[in-house]
This record gives sequence, structure tokens and C-alpha cells, in this order.
Amino acid sequence: MVDFYRQMLLIRRFEQKCAEMYAAGNIGGFLHLYIGEEAVAVGAINALEARDHIFTHYRDHGYAIARGTDPKVLMAELFGKASGCSRGKGGSMHLCDPERNFYGGYAIVGGHLPLAVGMALSSQYRGQDDVTLVIFGDGATDMGEFHEALNLAAVWKLPVVFLCENNLYAMGTPIKETTAVATIAEKAAGYNMPTKTVDGQDVLGMYRECKAAYEYVRGGNGPMLLEAETYRYRGHSAVDAQLYRSKEEVLERKTNDPVKKFPAWLLEMDVVDEADLDRMEREAQGVVAEAVQFADESPEPALDELYTDVYVDSTGFDLRPAWAE
Amino acid sequence: MPVISYAEALREAIREEMRADERVFIMGEDINAYGGSYTVTKGLLDEFGARRCRDTPLAESVFVGAGVGAAIGGLRPIVELMTINFSLVAIDQIINNAAKVHYMFGGHFKAPIVIRTPAGWAQVGATHSQSLEAFFAHVPGLKVVMPATPYDAKGLLKTAVRSDDPVFFIEHTKLYPSKGEVPTGEYTVPFGKADIKRSGSDVTIVTYSRMLFIALQAAHTLAQDGIEAEVIDLRSLRPLDIETVAKSVHKTNRVMVLEEDWQAGGMGAEIASRIYEESFDDLDAPVARLAAAEVPLPYAKNIEREAYPREEHVTRAARQLLYRQ
Repeated sequence: MVDFYRQMLLIRRFEQKCAEMYAAGNIGGFLHLYIGEEAVAVGAINALEARDHIFTHYRDHGYAIARGTDPKVLMAELFGKASGCSRGKGGSMHLCDPERNFYGGYAIVGGHLPLAVGMALSSQYRGQDDVTLVIFGDGATDMGEFHEALNLAAVWKLPVVFLCENNLYAMGTPIKETTAVATIAEKAAGYNMPTKTVDGQDVLGMYRECKAAYEYVRGGNGPMLLEAETYRYRGHSAVDAQLYRSKEEVLERKTNDPVKKFPAWLLEMDVVDEADLDRMEREAQGVVAEAVQFADESPEPALDELYTDVYVDSTGFDLRPAWAE
Repeated sequence: MPVISYAEALREAIREEMRADERVFIMGEDINAYGGSYTVTKGLLDEFGARRCRDTPLAESVFVGAGVGAAIGGLRPIVELMTINFSLVAIDQIINNAAKVHYMFGGHFKAPIVIRTPAGWAQVGATHSQSLEAFFAHVPGLKVVMPATPYDAKGLLKTAVRSDDPVFFIEHTKLYPSKGEVPTGEYTVPFGKADIKRSGSDVTIVTYSRMLFIALQAAHTLAQDGIEAEVIDLRSLRPLDIETVAKSVHKTNRVMVLEEDWQAGGMGAEIASRIYEESFDDLDAPVARLAAAEVPLPYAKNIEREAYPREEHVTRAARQLLYRQ
């Protein structure tokens, strides 16, 4: 339980630092912060076994941190350094950790759901009982791949848990204006799939419901759809002016901040004391500072890295263009 | 040496690879009881069972993506797209997932999937008559091969299944019944190596797939007039064996490219550019391109036929190349 707070706090401080680093020009491209949603990742990931598999969307920093990936290699990836988890070739939206069965960070909304179904197929093919967890947002549930993926997983009874982070907005559009049904969960009925709606701001509830879902799926019963009701406190990405929602709404939502409420509850329950919380705060900041320092001091990829890993076997290819010689 | 059909040669390749490697499996629409729309997969279900031979729902995007996901998970899927026209339905999975997973995650994952599918036309209307190899040959991260003979079909498919890279394997509907010699022993055909199907020193015809046979017919006709054409079957479009083409152009000084896809930005455009770059001084005439007319294909037999170069067009082009002094 205390570890859940430690992880959520680390994600929060890491993400806040990313916002600073982006403004400072150290991080480029797109930056999708997980601030406000920490309980979803921490609950969902901690309920998995080491042998289980994860595919997620581009708001992926929280998932990597919850899974245990070293924040140093994450920050290095965000800085575009060779020591990054994806060798600087992926960036914020394509974090990964092969040792922890974290297959990425994907940027095409809904595009990774078929991949997760395939991973689950490989587990079933081998007669193994690993679960594949695939996370996506509310917007993804309007994409064709969502529907195709749920259908195929249901028909082949594949061990997938489809976890929708419903933060109420698909970029700048409220989901209630774009989706024909009132909740994401009820979409599962179209695929004869069991479903559960969870308070995404309640880390213990997330952990409990995810654990139950994984056990159900692990038992060969077919897939499940979970809907985690959550909210992001920052914009869709770093360049979002948030013109589509009111400041009052955001402030109201912040009163249910898991990174504030959970430690308050732990304190109340005497699981921790103030000194513990102070120490954890310092530790989190320390880890983040170390990550920035590591990223700063790491070298950029060698120029030839542009041409590596296009293929496993590059025989027959001259990837360097004539003009670049 | 046994003489078997192109379809049987493909089936032999699949069967042999499935026997040799437990990770290899097939999936696609109607590949089991229906026998596969072009009979390639007929009988495989009886030998290998339903776990390794899967009929999919009518949902190209998810089953191609699931193939990629299963490949990331360590299996070796051979996914059948009923025709290359349907690849457009799964294009995001092919270009954004299959082709990029290895590169964007810094080499940590690989996607050893084979997507096999036929090009071809037979009064089946505009959306069922496309060739499209140029689209796929354009994409870094994919390998693209297009065999013309049963020998090459079997050898290239075995190479494709054993490749750690995603392979887009383009067959041809009109070639499935065509017969040719295929040895009984173990053999493979490498990627990136063109094959001189007929030697000659007067004019070079670069081609692949069904057009190979048009070229060979034309070469036979030209030989009656003492014109010896060298016919090069590319077999592999990405990687492309431009060295074999350049050697031939050095000998003949005159070259044409014969293809079944549309001309604009096609393989002919690529090959012509490479020839101009590397063999400019060897040329006695501009590179000729004979490709499909730039139209969606019609139904009426007489005009559909007019969209594609035939033997008489090839022989005329060859004579034009030779009289251009």
C-alpha cells in the first residue's frame, strides 16, 4: 500500500519535471502527461504478474514507472539520448521495457489493440496462462480497431484485459458528444464480454478490480473490458490550451487527487507518519533529479543510428541516401 | 523433377516450415474448410489442427495486427489477405506497426510476420483489381517479394517465414494454376537477388510476377528477328537487386521495365531512376516503362484488357529502343 503511494508520487513528480523539461527545450515533439491518472496505472500494473504483458497508448510514462522501469532510462529517452529505453529512437510516445514485458507506448489511437490481441494469442497458442493488459483512452473506443479487437478476443476467448482510461475527453472533445452510448463499459455487451466500471482515482479499488479481472481471464474464460473513470489535470498534451473545459471543472476534479488523498488516508490509518511522507517526498524528488542528471549527461545517438534497426537483417539495403555521402 | 503448380509450391513451403518450426502458424479468411480462396492452404488444417490453422473473422485490421502482436510474442505467423486490395483495410497495422516496431523501440522487439496476398484481375471491378506493390515497396521496415514461378514461390516463401523481418509476400491470382519444376529437396531463394530468366545481349527487360511470362513470350517473338532480349525477373522488390540490372544494361545499353501496377511512382519509376543514376553512360536510349494504364480498372472485358501491356506492346517497345540511334 505504501509502495502504491511511492509509485504514484514518483509518477507525479516525474511528470511535473517533464513539463519543466519540455518548456526548457530538453524534451521535444509531443508530451502527454499522466498527471491526475496515477492511481489507474499503479493499481492496474501492480496487480499483474511479471510474466504478463502490457501494451499502452502514448500517455505511457506512468505505466513504465509503475512497471518498475528505471526513470533514468525513461528521462534519457525523452531527452532523445542513446541511453534511453528505446535508444532515443522512440521518444515519449514509444517508451518500452522488454525485460518487463512492456511492449510500448503507441501513437495511433486504437492502433495497438490488435497487437495486444496477438500477444494474447501467442500465450494461448503456447498453453500459457499469462494475461495481456491493453490500455487505451475513451476516444479509442470509437475507432474501428477497438471493435475488431474486442470481437476477435471474445470469439477466440483470448486472455486480454481491455482497460479503458475514461478521462472524459478525447483530446479536446468530450466523449459524451462523440459516443453513442452513455458509458464505455456498455460497449462490451456488443461482444458478449463481461465488464466492470472502476473508480480510477481509487488505487486500492483499481488494484482489487484488476486483480479479479486478471484471474478471471487467466482462467481461460475469455477477455474482459474494464472502464476506469479518471481525469487528467493537465492538457491533452503540452501544447493544449484547454479551451474545451472550464477551470472550475478542473479545480473540482482536483479535490479527488489520489496523490493527495491516498497519503492522507494512510496517515489517518497510521500506516505512515509525517516523517515517512516527508522522506518519500525527498526520495521521489531525488529519483527525478537523478533521472534528469543522467539524461543530461548521456550522449545523443551516434549519427549512424539513423540507419540501424530498420531491419533485423539489412543485407541488400544501402540505407544511406546518395545525397548524404 | 516434379512439375507442380504455383499454389501447390506455396502449400509445400508452408507445410514444410510448419513441420520444421512449431512457432509457425497460419491465419486468414476461409483458409480452413473452404480451402483458402485460391487453394493454397487446402489440407493444412487436417495435418496441423485448429490451433495452428485459424479462420479469422472478416476483419483485416485486427487479424493482421494480431499477427504482428503474435510475432512480437515470439511466434511466426503467416497471415493471408485474400487479395492485396484488402491490404488497404489493414494498412495502418502494416505500415505503422509491422514495419516500425523494430526501429522505434530501439531494436528491442521484432515482428517476423509474413503477410501473403495475391495481386490480379479478372473482370472483378475496380476495388478488386489492384496491384499495389509500389505502395509496399516504398516502405522502410518492410521486405517485399513477388515470385513469378513455382520454384521461386516456394523458395521465397521459405525464406520469408524464416526471416526475422516483416515480409509482404505478393502472389498473383492468374499464376496459382501455372506449373513449373520444383525440386523435392530442401532449398530456399534469397531476398534481394534478381534472376536472369533468359539471357540476351540486345535489350534488357526488367520485370516480375505475371509480366515475366509476357516478357518471355515477347523475347521469343523478338528472337525470330534476331533480337535477343535479356529478361530479368526481379523476384524481390525490397530489397532490390539493381546490380543485376546494371550489369545487364552495361551489356545491352537498352532497357525497359514491365510492370502490372500503375505507372506513377511505381517500380518502373524507381528502377529507371536508379539506372539513370548508376548506368547513365551505358544507355543508348531512355529507359522505357510499360505499366498499367492510370485508371481504376473497369469490368468490361475488352477495355479491362486494354489497361495492361501485352506481348505486342513489349516487342514494339523493344524495337523502338533498338531503332533509337
